[in-house]
Amino acid sequence: MAAHPDVVVVGAGVVGAACAEALTAAGLRVTVLDRGAPASGTTAAGEGNVLVSDKEPGPELVLAQHSLRRWRVLLPALREELGPELAEVEWDAKGGLVVATTAAGAGSLTAFAAAQRQAGVRAEQLAPDRVGELEPLLTPGITAAVHYPEDAQLHPVLAATTLLAAVRARGGAVRAGVAALGLRRAAGGAVSAVVTSAGDLPTAAVVNACGPWAGAFATAAGAPITVLPRRGVVLVTGPLPPGTVRHKVYDADYVGAVASGDADLQTSAVVESTRAGTVLVGSSRQRVGFDDTIRVAVLRELARKAVALFPVLADVPVQRAYGGFRPYAPDHLPVIGPDPRVAGLWHVTGHEGAGIGLAAATGQLLAELLTGAEPHVDPTPFRVDRPAVLTGAEVRA
Amino acid sequence: MARLIAVVGAGPAGMAAALAAADAGAEVVLVDAAPRVGGQYHRQPPPGLADQHAGPGFARLEAELAGHPRVRHLAETVVWALEPRPGGHRLHLRTGPADSPHRTARVLDPAALVLATGAHDRALPFPGWDLPGVVTAGAAQALAKGQRVAVGRRVLLAGTGPFLFPVAQSLIEVGAHLVGVLEANRVGATAAGWLARPAALLAGRAKLPELAGYLGLLARHRIAYRTGHAVLAAHGTDRVEAVTTARLTRDWRVVPGSARRIAVDAVCVGFGFTPQLELAVAAGCDLDATGTCVRVDIAQATSTPGVFAAGELTGVGGADLAAAEGRVAGASAARHLGLAVPVPRAALRQVRAGRGFAAALAGAYPVRPGWRSWLTEDTLVCRCEEVSYGALCQAVRQRAALGGRVLRLTSRVGLGPCQGRICGRNAAELAEALLCRADQRPPLTPAASARRPIAAPIRLGELATTPTEPSEHGFASTDPTDRSEA
Repeated sequence: MAAHPDVVVVGAGVVGAACAEALTAAGLRVTVLDRGAPASGTTAAGEGNVLVSDKEPGPELVLAQHSLRRWRVLLPALREELGPELAEVEWDAKGGLVVATTAAGAGSLTAFAAAQRQAGVRAEQLAPDRVGELEPLLTPGITAAVHYPEDAQLHPVLAATTLLAAVRARGGAVRAGVAALGLRRAAGGAVSAVVTSAGDLPTAAVVNACGPWAGAFATAAGAPITVLPRRGVVLVTGPLPPGTVRHKVYDADYVGAVASGDADLQTSAVVESTRAGTVLVGSSRQRVGFDDTIRVAVLRELARKAVALFPVLADVPVQRAYGGFRPYAPDHLPVIGPDPRVAGLWHVTGHEGAGIGLAAATGQLLAELLTGAEPHVDPTPFRVDRPAVLTGAEVRA
Repeated sequence: MARLIAVVGAGPAGMAAALAAADAGAEVVLVDAAPRVGGQYHRQPPPGLADQHAGPGFARLEAELAGHPRVRHLAETVVWALEPRPGGHRLHLRTGPADSPHRTARVLDPAALVLATGAHDRALPFPGWDLPGVVTAGAAQALAKGQRVAVGRRVLLAGTGPFLFPVAQSLIEVGAHLVGVLEANRVGATAAGWLARPAALLAGRAKLPELAGYLGLLARHRIAYRTGHAVLAAHGTDRVEAVTTARLTRDWRVVPGSARRIAVDAVCVGFGFTPQLELAVAAGCDLDATGTCVRVDIAQATSTPGVFAAGELTGVGGADLAAAEGRVAGASAARHLGLAVPVPRAALRQVRAGRGFAAALAGAYPVRPGWRSWLTEDTLVCRCEEVSYGALCQAVRQRAALGGRVLRLTSRVGLGPCQGRICGRNAAELAEALLCRADQRPPLTPAASARRPIAAPIRLGELATTPTEPSEHGFASTDPTDRSEA
């Protein structure tokens, strides 16, 4: 290698890839490491959500709104740069449809949507008898419905590999099967190299983008943070005729499950089709550490709720099920910024189930902070030195 | 239920395991997807069709199983999920024809488990292999044995390994005109593989008269048996009408100028076998160094306590070896329950000898890397999702999709109904060969590619109502008659 990288990004999931893309766009030399194959962890287990509908007003919604705009700019730019094949990420601005099936659910969904409208989200309340125009095969037992035309979906692995292709095209390196084991520090304490399974890699800046495993790398780097895994499982059906499921359709209780920190199993119906014609059925949230066993009881709940929303799905064969781990901080906000203890170490993780959608603005924000540019989003809520991220991390480590 | 052993798969290994465990005093549930026991080797025609293959040995086994007071055979039953529970595993079953909307659900908590799920044919892709009329050797044999139907009138059989012989025999018996049998490995290469293990050859000498018998059969029917040859391409519009064959070098590259065109209406291909690993992987069993078979000790115990494996799942070695392994596995599973079981010395001896022979067989009839040179850009690698070799190359080269989930998700290879059972191994080998530098390759985890938590198709509506706990009898079932039977 001619010169050492300015920045080493550890973790080639969509968040690490977005950081590397933004850093190379800013002119820095970047090497991305992944202990396995790029985009093979949490990114490969995602549904590709680019959502504003599930976020209550607050810093994460602001980041989501910026990220939605950023994706819309970034993807055409990458298409120019890389060509249409390599920049194909199956972007689908399908819109979200959130429904309630109880009287109580109708009230809270309506209030939630009103608050989101105040925060600039397009949230269009539909009369329950008009929902069939958007989703003809949805159960008739709907008590309230809100249409979110801004919600979109993309193919998460294509998105990550497109971003990494841009990194390589700009002279960066992506090294698969190379594990980051820790840091070397200069006399003053600042980062001088990453210790890897393939030897030391000198650099002055390291970005910890290890997703749910970010806590482990932070500990190995001598700067523990609290990031925990939250299990999720998705069912995939065989291909269905186009138009069976048209939007991302989910039950309003999904919002409550997303915001909850409860360890017990939570499921809510999230149903959407992909470009291949298959239907994805989520979502489950469970705190089981890194136990990757797929439980029939969880699959059963997902199936039960999906069939309740779309009775037509009862006869559809399930083709596969897969699971993953969402990275979350105890206060359920992303972690984006410099480590307060080790100069040159940056953490970008904790996006929970929204990493695909939030990646574009996250990468941009990290690059702005790292290069000293004016941040386009207020980084304060995402800073590393907040109690939820630092408290207890030493004990856990 | 403290004495319940579940045996999954009712081929030679599973039948033997079920009998051995039941004879030792265990209650056995023998689960198999087919209507009758026997598996692929003893595949039985439906009632009414003449039973030519089974022989007295099989009839005795079938009767013994049917009459055994401690064996319950669940026919037409699939294990669609296997999950760990404290102290063992839980099996989720569905019984009934695959397309029936009224399949019975059962949940089983066996105290020990014998996996005898067998193997399916390995097919290698080549231009035109997706045409109707191109089938696996195993499918042709199943059609011949099970339905007494020939896959075509002018049939070519190609691939590698001695399994081609019984397939040829089955085809001849149902009246197909076999235009040739092509063995891709060359005689010299095969002999070298055998001579590397002379003791194994000795152990397998009982097989030699069988082989001589097959060669005699082919000679009597004037069927050419060509070594060092393969089918390179199949041609036709609506179905196969002709094939191009060619002579191969030792590593299976095409010898220039050796291509020939032959008119056929069916082609059967078989390049060895791929064990059906999903249940073993779900049970957490370690795989062997090749990543294609379950690792077992001499008692047929896997790395997971209480889980035993027998037959082709542990390495392809034929029906006799599978049955011997089944006897050992059944006895070991019974012993795991605390039953007093005599050491199955004869079976253990047969397993030892058979294993050596099987290893030599694998060495003599490998799949060699030159097959990858038969592909063109538009050759389909994955038939379910119609993923071409060119698309696979693009995913690997341009997107650096380095195997496993990422390769599947970027190229869609293996995402269709077969879930990579047919194409997964081929796609992985093709992808690996495209990466010229070792540092581009992340560590491969073979078990990950066999991970299929939904081990058999299930409807969303069935899943939505599936029982999650067994009853106090060790069964949970949506079939009201179960309670009295169990």
